[in-house]
Amino acid sequence: MGSRPPVLEMTGIRKVFPGVTALDDVDFRLLPGEVHALMGENGAGKSTLIKVLTGVYGTDGGEIRLGGAAVLFGSPLQAQQAGISTVYQEVNLCTNLSVAENIFIGREPRTLGRIRWAEMRRRAVELLARLDLTLDVSAPLSTYSLAIQQMVAIARAIDIDAKVLILDEPTSSLDASEVAQLFAVMRRLKDAGVAILFVSHFLDQVYEVADRMTVLRNGRLIGEYRTADLPQMQLVARMIGKDLEALEELESQPRSSARELERGPLIAKAVGLGRTGGIAPFDMEIHAGEVVGLAGLLGSGRTEMARLFFGADRADTGHLEIDGKPLVLRSPRTAMAHGIGFSSENRRTEGVVAELSVRENIILALQAARGWTRPIARRRQDELVDKYVKALNIRPADPDMPVRNLSGGNQQKVLLARWLITEPRLLIIDEPTRGIDVGAKAEIQRIVAELADGGTAVLFVSAELDEVLRLSHKIEVLRDRRLVEELDNTDDVDADRVMRTIAGGVAQ
Amino acid sequence: MSFVRHRLFWPAAILVALLASNIFFSSGFFSITVHDGHLYGSIIDILRRSAPLILVGIGMTLVIATGGIDLSVGSVMAISGALACLLIGDLDNQNSVTGVLLACAAGIALSLVLGIWNGALVASIGIQPIIATLILMVAGRGIAQLITDGQILNVTSAPYKVIGAGYTIALPVSVLIAAGMVAIAVVLTRRTALGLLIEAVGGSPTASRLAGIQARRLTIMVYVFSAICAGIAGLIYSSNVSSADSNAAGNLIELDAILAVVIGGTRLTGGRFSLAGTVLGAVLIETLNVTTVSIGIPVETTLLFKAIVVIVLCLVQSAAFRAKVLRRPSRVGASA
Repeated sequence: MGSRPPVLEMTGIRKVFPGVTALDDVDFRLLPGEVHALMGENGAGKSTLIKVLTGVYGTDGGEIRLGGAAVLFGSPLQAQQAGISTVYQEVNLCTNLSVAENIFIGREPRTLGRIRWAEMRRRAVELLARLDLTLDVSAPLSTYSLAIQQMVAIARAIDIDAKVLILDEPTSSLDASEVAQLFAVMRRLKDAGVAILFVSHFLDQVYEVADRMTVLRNGRLIGEYRTADLPQMQLVARMIGKDLEALEELESQPRSSARELERGPLIAKAVGLGRTGGIAPFDMEIHAGEVVGLAGLLGSGRTEMARLFFGADRADTGHLEIDGKPLVLRSPRTAMAHGIGFSSENRRTEGVVAELSVRENIILALQAARGWTRPIARRRQDELVDKYVKALNIRPADPDMPVRNLSGGNQQKVLLARWLITEPRLLIIDEPTRGIDVGAKAEIQRIVAELADGGTAVLFVSAELDEVLRLSHKIEVLRDRRLVEELDNTDDVDADRVMRTIAGGVAQ
Repeated sequence: MSFVRHRLFWPAAILVALLASNIFFSSGFFSITVHDGHLYGSIIDILRRSAPLILVGIGMTLVIATGGIDLSVGSVMAISGALACLLIGDLDNQNSVTGVLLACAAGIALSLVLGIWNGALVASIGIQPIIATLILMVAGRGIAQLITDGQILNVTSAPYKVIGAGYTIALPVSVLIAAGMVAIAVVLTRRTALGLLIEAVGGSPTASRLAGIQARRLTIMVYVFSAICAGIAGLIYSSNVSSADSNAAGNLIELDAILAVVIGGTRLTGGRFSLAGTVLGAVLIETLNVTTVSIGIPVETTLLFKAIVVIVLCLVQSAAFRAKVLRRPSRVGASA
């Protein structure tokens, strides 16, 4: 396979955004007739690389060669015309139009401006036949399942004479049989010589369909591997950025003293709690003074699980018990009334209100719980805000500054302060340390440990395994939207052990 | 120069410029005289004419702050005025103060119900605000016609006339009513937590939900408040002309009200709002109307003249535009 010249070759690609180097000297090769997986954690640079390739972004260095000739695309349209087609995660089609219209929209066969409908339908049928699909091409797209819609998007992409087909998270909204159908189509295209770039965070799927893979981490190229040569375990280690020895080294470091724990009373218990498409039904207990860590890759259902404990999404199976009493969480407000707080992973869209001040953002949840008729006296507000601005070291320490002017880390601290002043019994914190600097990260970890020492139960979600290991008393491991194992974080549990479970198959 | 940075600086400056321009056309423009213990003069007149727009504007401000819009205010004005005039016309003695007060109360109560209707459509059923209130905007004129039986109802009630055309403590009653409602709105939003919660919902509905704010109840409240304001404005309008005209009352006032809100610095996308800004905007629009008359713009072109002034106003208020014209980097725009 290695003997054929690559259809696409990117060398030394560099892309800098203000304040951050998104891609640093990245090489990427795509061979004709292969499925190539682009792997990496969130923020590793996968989507930036794809956007550079498809002309959404320009480059700050490096060269792209397509079929041997150097190219530089100024827009996605140019990339498409050169034979690079992209199917995005969200299906970008018009569900109210017919299948044929969707395939040919903007490129309809015409005579004197009039569309030749019969030819359009005939060509749509032919095209779908290449994917082994038989559809009524006059029916509205909305009558077909998401998987079929995805295939129609692919049909549209390959009709533009694609040499390279980019599939960005195509399986995230598909069920198992739909995935199998999609993979069959991918193999068919591969056999026809199309080079497919595949991005997915489902490791099992990558191993099922990909021939080779390229791993990125923090905007750097980690390596290019044949799928058969790289065991799943080692792939995870390379994505997370700890080789196995380093992980074992980390284990020998002393852990938080809070780990020897006398279990407090049971606060929350999930009984068969689950949500279709989010997280399979699971059981879990959280006690006072306990930090429960959720570990798993992005998309493994961590966030979905956390949201069910707060009523941010409604569970469609099972129920929650708070203090031993069953509780239906219709809205976050119900959860708050029972002393539960939730800091979302999307701090910009679901956390802070950007145009409100630091002070207003901090008192928001407490004020909402009190209702509008009982405003918190300004003096009390200032006391609370001052206390937490100091305690969490929020910078700049100006309570009247709009939150949007603060850095991500400080916004995160504002969000934490919002929940801390409500004195929750169970605090759910989703990815509090993502994208923030080391100092703020350490402070947030310290706060979590202190909260637990003070008797608060904490449900802690993080993509960083060391963080989960360091803080948690109990670790819930998730894979493919399923709770696969619960581990007491005793001394014999290490990153290696957790990673085995995350990678799957090799547990024990 | 810090006052230049104040967000109401530019609308205030334009208001002053408009007022000043009048002096060239009518020399007595700024003079205020006292007749029979009442203040008279163009400025007082502008305030008096602004009263309905101020009322409708402050209601609109709160609705827009939640990310909504209320197109039905003009129809609510017509309905409220029509009901009051109908009830007054049925009185044995149209000069009975109690009877007039009850008629006004009935008009306001009906407005409240209409506000609940709007709020329920938006918050409970989830219809987009522009569509939900469009229903009442169109249907409301029909309801008003139904109340007046398709006629223009004339009343001859001295107590009713006081609301729109009377004076007390030297000032027009309508101005005092508007001032009173502004005061109530300010107290409701800034002395309680209502303003903060409204701004949070308008600023980020998702974040607000996750902070435990019950947006539904808040949304219904602002539509009810808007309808009550419009209902009172309708009473002032119909009292001023001593009749209920279902077609003319509050015709196109929703557009002026939205404009007043925008001039006052509240963004149509919701979030931070300014009641003072809206009052300023309403007075500015009324001043513009008076100015078009006083500088002798032909009737056929008044709308065009207004449009041009509004465009200039919006451009001047835009930090990005000022920066472009002045050819220097915009510090205001960079931080926004």
